[in-house]
Amino acid sequence: MPGPASQPKVRVVTFRVDDQDLSAREDETLIEVCREHRIPIPSLCYLEGLSAWGGCRLCMVEIVGQPRLAAACSTRVVEGMEVHTDTERLRRYRRTLVELLFAERAHVCSVCVSNGHCELQTLAQRCGVDHMRMPRRAVSYPVDSSHEMFRVDHDRCILCTRCVRVCDEIEGAHTWDVMGRGSDCRVITDMAQPWAESETCTSCGKCVQVCPTGALVKQGTSVGEMVKDQHFLPILARRRHPR
Amino acid sequence: MHLDDLAEQAATIRARDAETEHEIRVCMAASCQSSGSGQVLDALRAGVEPQTQSCRVKGVGCMGLCSAGPLVAVAAPGDTLNASRLYRDVAPTDAPAILDNLGNPEPIERLHCPTDQPFFTAQHRIVLEHSGRIDPDSLDDAIAVGGYSALVRALTELTPAEVLREVTSSGLRGRGGGGYPTGLKWSTVAKMPGGQKYVVCNADEGDPGAFMDRAVLESDPHRVIEGMAIAGYAVGASKGYVYVRAEYPLAVERLTNAIRKAKRAGFLGSQIADTQFGFEIELRLGAGAFVCGEETALMASIQGLRGQPRPRPPYPAEAGLWGCPTLINNVETFANIAPIVREGGDWFAALGTEGSKGTKVFALAGTIVNTGLIEVPMGTRLAHIIEVIGGGIPGGGRVKAVQTGGPSGGCIPRAHLDTPVDYDSLKGLGTIMGSGGMIVMDERSSMVDVARYFMEFCMTESCGKCVPCRTGTQQMHALLERIAAAEAGRAELALLEELCEVVQATSLCGLGQTAPNPVLSTLRYFRDEYESRLVD
Repeated sequence: MPGPASQPKVRVVTFRVDDQDLSAREDETLIEVCREHRIPIPSLCYLEGLSAWGGCRLCMVEIVGQPRLAAACSTRVVEGMEVHTDTERLRRYRRTLVELLFAERAHVCSVCVSNGHCELQTLAQRCGVDHMRMPRRAVSYPVDSSHEMFRVDHDRCILCTRCVRVCDEIEGAHTWDVMGRGSDCRVITDMAQPWAESETCTSCGKCVQVCPTGALVKQGTSVGEMVKDQHFLPILARRRHPR
Repeated sequence: MHLDDLAEQAATIRARDAETEHEIRVCMAASCQSSGSGQVLDALRAGVEPQTQSCRVKGVGCMGLCSAGPLVAVAAPGDTLNASRLYRDVAPTDAPAILDNLGNPEPIERLHCPTDQPFFTAQHRIVLEHSGRIDPDSLDDAIAVGGYSALVRALTELTPAEVLREVTSSGLRGRGGGGYPTGLKWSTVAKMPGGQKYVVCNADEGDPGAFMDRAVLESDPHRVIEGMAIAGYAVGASKGYVYVRAEYPLAVERLTNAIRKAKRAGFLGSQIADTQFGFEIELRLGAGAFVCGEETALMASIQGLRGQPRPRPPYPAEAGLWGCPTLINNVETFANIAPIVREGGDWFAALGTEGSKGTKVFALAGTIVNTGLIEVPMGTRLAHIIEVIGGGIPGGGRVKAVQTGGPSGGCIPRAHLDTPVDYDSLKGLGTIMGSGGMIVMDERSSMVDVARYFMEFCMTESCGKCVPCRTGTQQMHALLERIAAAEAGRAELALLEELCEVVQATSLCGLGQTAPNPVLSTLRYFRDEYESRLVD
């Protein structure tokens, strides 16, 4: 005789996203469910397989009955919730946020190795950013080309910390972290020394693959040549933490 | 320890103190010290030696009227501040005159600061009840005025649930700025399952012009320790942290001293008052980041991580320090606990207004005659605070606006000074109660400059984690610079308003969400000042 079936530990809830009825496990976040159902929610810091960060604020959605917007990457689904992901207000906010990112550092797509394969660029196109209403911040940051295989260009960094998280959570090296405050924040290797001198870096290159822009790239790439492959991440994450 | 033992100990100390005829109290809080009260204390001590033994000179905490420092009060032991004879702007050379005048029924006219003026009589002191009376470094002084009796009573006579009921029925709301009901927060942590829980005291006071928490810690540190220990008992926590900024060295010193003495006397540590309850408090010094006043950033900093916020939920009550349920309250909130347990929740709830109970401490600053620290019942009208207690504008000028809530708050124009000060009324005016900073501005102040100042503050204090706060504050600051310099046009003003909306709606934590408030409130009441500077 087989024993009694084991009880499910997590409940499944049903809710509505953009007038579409969906079901999901209650420990899933909104953005996970929306990605699963191909409901487009823009994001730059969120990446499947990494912990949620909640920094880019592009995945903000409206939840009926809640006065404040919610970040889809850090909001769990709740039974009966009603979510709108693409209202006029959200589109306007997202456009402004992308504009703010472009104005923060020297993002010049035409001379970028990631031109055509850049998540920031793609998002700008999708959000309808066709001109800049605000002045660019006139600050230039150095490029660190000391590593034999990779390069970091802080002028193209949007501080999404995907590199920090993948290095810590997946590779286990924690070479990357952030220093400074406000717009002067900078991703650093070890104690802000040149990348080549890092004692913890394993040169695995995961940080380069997950970087959404041309900030972290392979050496020897020219304009538009840097194509990134992030497929390894969800596969690795799922093997390590099967649901 | 039995409650009667503590009462007996207090009576013994009071009887001993009463043997001296006069008590000379010198304010040794930070602001009076910066105007030289340390030398005044030394001069008085040196002068008293050859005299009779019926005089005791002691350093005490803040007496409130910081603009008149150094302050010296001559009193009989046990007298309240208002019953004492107060001297202002005292120099070390005035010491002989003060000592000579001790028995004289008439005060020294040139130094006298009457305590029957509204600044003193119109206040209602609960949090500051012992501030300026007791020596903050003396545990005996604290015990003599009833210190730790609320803790011992809670531990020996009340159940945790009964303590929770008193705090809930008091209607106390968080004094750090948010105004979240304290009783609800405590019950949430109390109801969380699990072994390890923490109590955190947020003493990372960072609003420009605000110094309420500093004064409480410098003047009566035992009151905060007592409040935290009672909280620990009520919610089931055995460990507390005080997160205090390193820029408050005097507060850190006195708190360290107070914790050590409380522990030695058995008010902290294991088996407090011979019960099963144990509670330890540790200090954590902040390195001066404003964002670390935000609770999730503060907890990250306590854990040794980078001080930056994380998305909520989970709230600290569910998953706080090291993932454990954590109760986090402001200094002034904890300072209200002992009186609530002592007098009962209903007594506290009888003070204040419908939605805001008790009193609130404010740091009066800016263009006002009496700058300093005051405590008034909730619901006191702003005009009363500024004109009567604060003494109005020096030289009889007119108030233009009052800024409350620091970088998260807004400006209240003259026309609304009749508003009662409580959480909801201030919110309705587009500002917040905040932690208690109150900056008074006269007609000469430019509101665009005020907004620009606070935006610069938020820009430099942004942790850099989320895009709208990090880059939005910087763009808004640049726009305000251009408007202030009369270089901007209508399009720029429209963009500023748009950015205010986006930053408010999308930022991760309170710092960013409220950063546009100074701009929005000055735009609401003083739009003409912006428009008059536009170039097209």
